[in-house]
Parts: sequence; structure tokens; C-alpha cells
Amino acid sequence: MIPVTLLWVLPLVFVILVSIRSFNDIASNGLGSWPASFTLSAFRTAWVGGNIAGALRNSVIVTICTVIAVLFLASLAAFALSRYRIPFGRGILLIMLAGNLLPPQILLIPVAKICELLGIYDTLFALVVVQVGFGMGFFTFVLYGFMRSLPQEMFEAAKIDGAGDLRIYATIVVPLCRPALAALAALESTWVFNDLLWALTVLRTDVKFPITAALLNLQGGYTTSWNVVAAGALIAAVPTTIVFFAFQKHFVSGLLVGANK
Amino acid sequence: MSAADVGTQSSAVSPPGPPVVRPRSRFGRRPVTRRVPAGVWLLLIVPLLVELAWVFWPAFNSFQLSFTKWSGVGVAEPVGLKNYQTLLSDPIFHTAIQNNVIWIIAFGGLSVVIGLALAVALNQPRRGVGIYRSAIYLPMVFSLAVTGLFWRVLYQPDGPINAVLAAIGIDTGQHQWLADPNTALAAILIAAIWRQAGYIMVLYLAGLKGCDPSLEEAAAVDGATWWQRFRYIVFPQLRNVNTVIFAVTVIDSLRTFDIVWTMTRGGPYNSTQLLSTYMYQVGFTQVNLGYGSAIAVVIFLLAIAFIITYLVRATREE
Repeated sequence: MIPVTLLWVLPLVFVILVSIRSFNDIASNGLGSWPASFTLSAFRTAWVGGNIAGALRNSVIVTICTVIAVLFLASLAAFALSRYRIPFGRGILLIMLAGNLLPPQILLIPVAKICELLGIYDTLFALVVVQVGFGMGFFTFVLYGFMRSLPQEMFEAAKIDGAGDLRIYATIVVPLCRPALAALAALESTWVFNDLLWALTVLRTDVKFPITAALLNLQGGYTTSWNVVAAGALIAAVPTTIVFFAFQKHFVSGLLVGANK
Repeated sequence: MSAADVGTQSSAVSPPGPPVVRPRSRFGRRPVTRRVPAGVWLLLIVPLLVELAWVFWPAFNSFQLSFTKWSGVGVAEPVGLKNYQTLLSDPIFHTAIQNNVIWIIAFGGLSVVIGLALAVALNQPRRGVGIYRSAIYLPMVFSLAVTGLFWRVLYQPDGPINAVLAAIGIDTGQHQWLADPNTALAAILIAAIWRQAGYIMVLYLAGLKGCDPSLEEAAAVDGATWWQRFRYIVFPQLRNVNTVIFAVTVIDSLRTFDIVWTMTRGGPYNSTQLLSTYMYQVGFTQVNLGYGSAIAVVIFLLAIAFIITYLVRATREE
């Protein structure tokens, strides 16, 4: 297995090797040669000159807001659908899930227009709202499945003790759903952080770009400085890599609830 | 801690309620509340409205727009089916459809074959198996934009790929992988598969865990070869995973945008144009909103059968 694994890691190693070389080294020895220099100046250039620092901040803001909002709203919907006899509840659930499976292309043009109409075009708020709406169906569906598996007796007991609906949600359902919520949060945070298409659709101003869109600009601005492009891309890969290694278990189980229900 | 543990605990602690209170409810598996309280309706309606406003309403609008000619200002001019007629004779659209078919087959096929092979190889417990899995899975957490940029660097004429090829004796003459219309699409596909294979591997690993090992052992005792055991015992048990992977791959392929946009923007000479990139270009670069919407509708129509497959499976699992 070692050769295969190496093959997998090699592209990443090469990119790291490019990112730590100086511009002169690359210009005189070629991009493919072994490093003859070691400098972190490419990272500095990307961070400051390419405005990766600001873009990273935008990405983090959008990711945190989206994950909290979508999981909160989806858990409410899943709670209502799973614990009460909503007429056509199953139909509603499937339609919500179907919305998440739609190709985003069919939403792009109207979404841009709606944002303009509402006066939120070119704001981070628009990016959050769009992603919350688009993710809703999937998370409602997954949380619905999880909440249905919770033992009915606890709800009975809580009811008998006089707990209201909201109280049951807050003190019983949410704490019990913590493992599912953690898995979904890990999953959604990488999805939102990695998104490019929605950002290109609702944002126009460079300083508001999340990191993915900023990388495209970086590539346009430093066309021949491959060390800067490599450094920028590596910086953009760090947060999701941290999330992955920190929440590896959650992350994989999140993927499985996602695709392997 | 599992939900079940907590459940037994709390029902053990709290005494059973007086039987007069909804006596039947305690045995029902279905949710028991007959009348849905108004507050609960609100819990459902708010998220539902958000999705309606940001998903279903825009989708409906795209259908409407696809029958118009509109540059975004003023009133959209109704043109009937003209956009769809134009599509039929649009050479770039034909290229995009063709590329999308190639993409689905190559991206889906290769990532499934590689992912399954890796899963089978890494399913046995052995030293370092977790490290191998993580290393192969790692690219999946990079965004497609990051992946695209990584490989743009690698594919440069004087870059690492040509250097490695030269080192093992293949002289490509500093081939411009991404600037040559003959190799650009394949080059992007390799980058995309590099990222996808680990994901497929994780799905298959989960599927393999669900297989009954005694069946395979019995077959081994009866003298079945490794390949026979895999082909006739293990693989049939992966049917459910296969269905999911198939649907997910097709839906993803029709959505693919970021990696192509980062690496080539559909060029050179539209040779890497996919339906999604062409749609974006027409809609947002050329601001031809009616025509762009028509392409989006085509993507939707192609995706719908697979969306339904996925939904049917999702309901059956319930």
C-alpha cells in the first residue's frame, strides 16, 4: 500500500515544494526542479498582497453563520416532522430533500436577481442566506432520521412532567442529537468553506470574496508567480484539513449519514 | 453515550405516568400527538419558507426565464421555445454535452474502480491502515478550487509532472497539458479523480463492513478463488452502496463547475466546457439570462431521473 499512498501524497508534496521556493529559484531552475532555496515569502505575498488574510476572515464568518443557522433551522423542521403528526409530513420531507439535490445551476440567475431586488447583492449576508436555503433539505432529512430513532418513552415522560414543545426540543432533542449535529457541522463547514459557485453568484467586490474566489483572483494577479499561487492554495487548504483531523470520526460518520444512510 | 442508553435511564428514573394520560400513546411507534400545536407548525414553516424562497422559487423562475430573452435590465421579452431551438444548433452546447458524458463515465468509472480497489485493500486490519486511509482521503477535504490550483501548478510546462515524466524516461517536450485541447479535459479529470477516489473509498469501506464475513469464509473453505469470492460473494452485497454512489456521481458530475473553472474556465477553445461552465459563462459573463436559464433547465432535466433514484432509495430506507 505504501507506493499507492505515496502516489496520492506526491502531488501535495510537489505543491509544498513549489511554495517554499523563491521566485528567482523558480525562474532560473524551472518549476519542476528540486528546491534550491527556502523562503516563506510566497506565503507572505499571498497573505498580504493577495488579500488571502481578508478572504480567510470572510470565509470563516460565512462558514460559522451558515453552519449555525442551517443546523438550527433544519433541526426545528426535523423536530416538527419527526415528533408530530404533520399532515403530508413525509411528502414535505422528500420535497425538501429534493430541493437540495437540484443542480445549483438552475438557481443561479434567479438567486442573483432576488439578491439584487432585496438589496443584499454583494454582501456576505446574501451568501449565508443562499447556502442556508440550499442546505436546508439535506440536513432536515438527516436529522429527521436521527430524531425518529430516539426512544418515544422519553417524550412521553417529558410531556407527563409538563414540558412544552419548545422545552422538549431544547432540553431533550438537541442534547440527544449532539453526535449527529457534530458530524453534520463538520461536514457542512467544509462544504461551505469550500464553495466557489455561490460566492461567484452573489458577490462582486474583491474584498468581500471568500477564500475560494480570492484564490481565483490571486491566480489572475500573480500569473507567473507559481510559488505565490501554490502558497495561497495551501493556506486555503489548512482550515479544512484541521477540521478533518480534529473531527475525523465525526467527519467520516457525517459523510456516511450523507450518502450511505 | 448513545441515545438508547439515555432513553432507558430516564424511563427508569421517572415513574410511569398515570395511565389516564393518553393511554394508547405509550405503545405506538409513530409520533403520538394527534393535534399539531400551532407553535410546532411555526417550527416547520420557517425553515420550509426559507427553502421555498431560496430554492424552489428561483428554480421555478429559471423555467420561466428560459422562455425569454433578457439581459437583466428592463422587461424580459418572451420568445417561446427559441432558446431551446438555438441550443440544438449550438456547437459549444454540443461540446459541453459530449464532455459531460465523458466526464460522467470517466470520473464516475475511474473513481469507483480506484475507490473500490483501495477499499478492498485497506479493509483488512494491518499496521498503519489508518494512516493510509487518511492520506488517500485527505484530498477530499480540499476544495475543488484548491485542487484545481494545485494541479495547475503541477501541470505547468516546466512543472513537476513533466519533470517526473522526464525522470522516468518519458520526454513530453514540456507538454502544455492544460493549453492543449486534446489533453486539457483528461488533465482536469485526473485532478478530479485524485480528490474523489478517497471519498468513494470511505463509502465502500462502510459497505464492506456491512458484509457478512461468514459467507466469504464458507466460500473460501469450498475452494473459491479470491476473485470468485469478491465477484460472487462480496460485490453483490454492495448493491446498496453502488446505487448511492451511482446516483451521487451523476448528480455531482452534472454540477461540476469549480475545478474546471479554476483550471481552464472551459477553454482552450471550449475543449473543457461542461454544461455547468457553459451555463455560467452564458448567464454571467455574457449576461444572456434567458439562454443561460435554458441550459440550466437542460441540466435539471438530465439530473431529475437520478434525483428521483436517490429519493426512492431514501424513502425505502425509512
